[in-house]
Amino acid sequence: MTAPKVVIVGAGHAGTTLAGLLRQWRHSGEIVLISRERGLPYQRPPLSKKLTQPDFELPLRPAQFFDEQDISLHTGQDVLSIDRVRRVVRMSGLREIDYDILVLATGARARRLTIPGGDLDGVHRLRTLSEAQNLQRQLRESGSLAIVGGGFIGLEAAAAVRAGGAQVTVIEREERLLARVASEPLAAGLASYHERLGTTLITRAGVAAITERDGRATGVQLNDGRVVACDLVLAGVGAVPRDEIAVEAGLHCEDGIVVDDSAQTSDPSILAIGDVTRRPLPTVSGTRRLESIPSAIEQARQACAVILGNEPPVPEVPWFWSDQHELKLKIAGLVDPAGTPIVRRHASQESFSVLHHDGTSLTAVESVNAPAEFAAARKLIATRLPVDPAQLANPDVPLHPAEPK
Amino acid sequence: MPIVTYVLRDGSTRILEVANGSSVMEGAVGNNVPGIDADCGGSASCGTCHVYVDESCRGLFDAPLPEESDLLQCSDAMQSNSRLSCQLFLSDECTEVRVVIPGMG
Ligand SMILES: Cc1cc2nc3c(=O)[nH]c(=O)nc-3n(C[C@H](O)[C@H](O)[C@H](O)COP(=O)(O)OP(=O)(O)OC[C@H]3O[C@@H](n4cnc5c(N)ncnc54)[C@H](O)[C@@H]3O)c2cc1C
Ligand code: FES
Repeated sequence: MTAPKVVIVGAGHAGTTLAGLLRQWRHSGEIVLISRERGLPYQRPPLSKKLTQPDFELPLRPAQFFDEQDISLHTGQDVLSIDRVRRVVRMSGLREIDYDILVLATGARARRLTIPGGDLDGVHRLRTLSEAQNLQRQLRESGSLAIVGGGFIGLEAAAAVRAGGAQVTVIEREERLLARVASEPLAAGLASYHERLGTTLITRAGVAAITERDGRATGVQLNDGRVVACDLVLAGVGAVPRDEIAVEAGLHCEDGIVVDDSAQTSDPSILAIGDVTRRPLPTVSGTRRLESIPSAIEQARQACAVILGNEPPVPEVPWFWSDQHELKLKIAGLVDPAGTPIVRRHASQESFSVLHHDGTSLTAVESVNAPAEFAAARKLIATRLPVDPAQLANPDVPLHPAEPK
Repeated sequence: MPIVTYVLRDGSTRILEVANGSSVMEGAVGNNVPGIDADCGGSASCGTCHVYVDESCRGLFDAPLPEESDLLQCSDAMQSNSRLSCQLFLSDECTEVRVVIPGMG
């Protein structure tokens, strides 16, 4: 039997990683990697973290990689639909590519602001390289930026732009930053850090409209009538999975393509990986959208194992990092934003960890400038060893024997 | 051009020319060397580019920054010659670099 032809739609972190992994594991069949975006596949994390720096374009693999690995990369090409009966994907210009195994790695798109003025000149989103280049260009000629949404990408952009000297205001609808994804102590620590950098934070503030002059944004009008004047607006209001072609093809989707723990969709010939998926996790019921690089890579490994008939990879504790100017934040496990976690502070106010405990063992950690503690906690989360909560707040008691003092 | 020998988990080796100024991690990722995943793209955040540096060439690289040491300390596979390969930048002196990829993450 000849090795299956694998067609991967989307050359982001997930799709590109899978293509490389298949060759590492000596897959001998054809690999086709199709991407709507032009140019080489690239890293998204620097787009916000290094928003104001010239070197924020970082290819995932060098140009010659794809030829050398015999991966046929088609960039600037959109897959418009899937014919599951004939096992082909359709692209523009009536082109078709047939597959034995199809992998959907179409990622997500940044959500638009759906308020009046949301599409004015000067209103930006930050997901793709071209969006980041646009924003970077306009930032050079402007003195102030208003960011709608106090999530990770908004805060990273805020820190980068503020460090460059511009005026920055972050507008958040909830009563605190990161209300749905992080704990209160972490959010408070981040808020005070950003305020020390000189960023203005406005919470409990819904946005009503973008104000304009001659078709260009001039400010953000809040629900209470206040207007935050600015030259540019960045919408950091989350991402929407690009699951349209999957929905249209009749795959099981619920705000993302639903997959199992081996990246399988409801069609045995179709896998899905990365930000477009809604996936199960070992310790919780239901499915989640994780939207992180470690999760994209883990699912790429799952898909690779399924395609080649190998042993499935060992499940990982989900984790994520976010660099905000000089602050290095890392989160592992699933944080219950409403829980009452334990805070472990260090001498420097810029270094602390927030630990989440379920009565027996650690379930999640959020750490700021504390990489060793983070690594120790992550290990405890993975092993589920019993941990005495009474000791957790004391930074002089190591979390793990291996943790350096 | 610097030459790096990667000793893989299965004991086999890959010998590669890697551009001056690149990191040992970039050389591996760019050539699809298995076992160096580099989730964070080289920002010393993830620890998935862990290698053991052969004694013969340890002196060719700058000492680790605290971030790197902290990250390595907690790896199960930590040894005295552990490094994050994304922090090992190659120069013309690096004609015979040899790194071993740890057996388990
Ligand atoms: C600014 C920013 C900073 C981030 N920072 C971090 C971080 O620090 N740490 C972290 O873990 N994660 C971070 N993330 C999240 C991380 O980038 C994503 O989790 C990751 O990119 C997901 O990879 P993916 O391949 O699933 O999707 P994507 O990277 O979105 O790639 C999907 C690709 O598929 C293409 N595509 C979609 N539909 C089609 C179609 N029909 N036909 C052809 N091509 C198509 C898209 O154009 C895109 O190029 C960040 C994200 C952003 C935007
Ligand atoms: S690539 Fe992440 S630590 Fe080196």
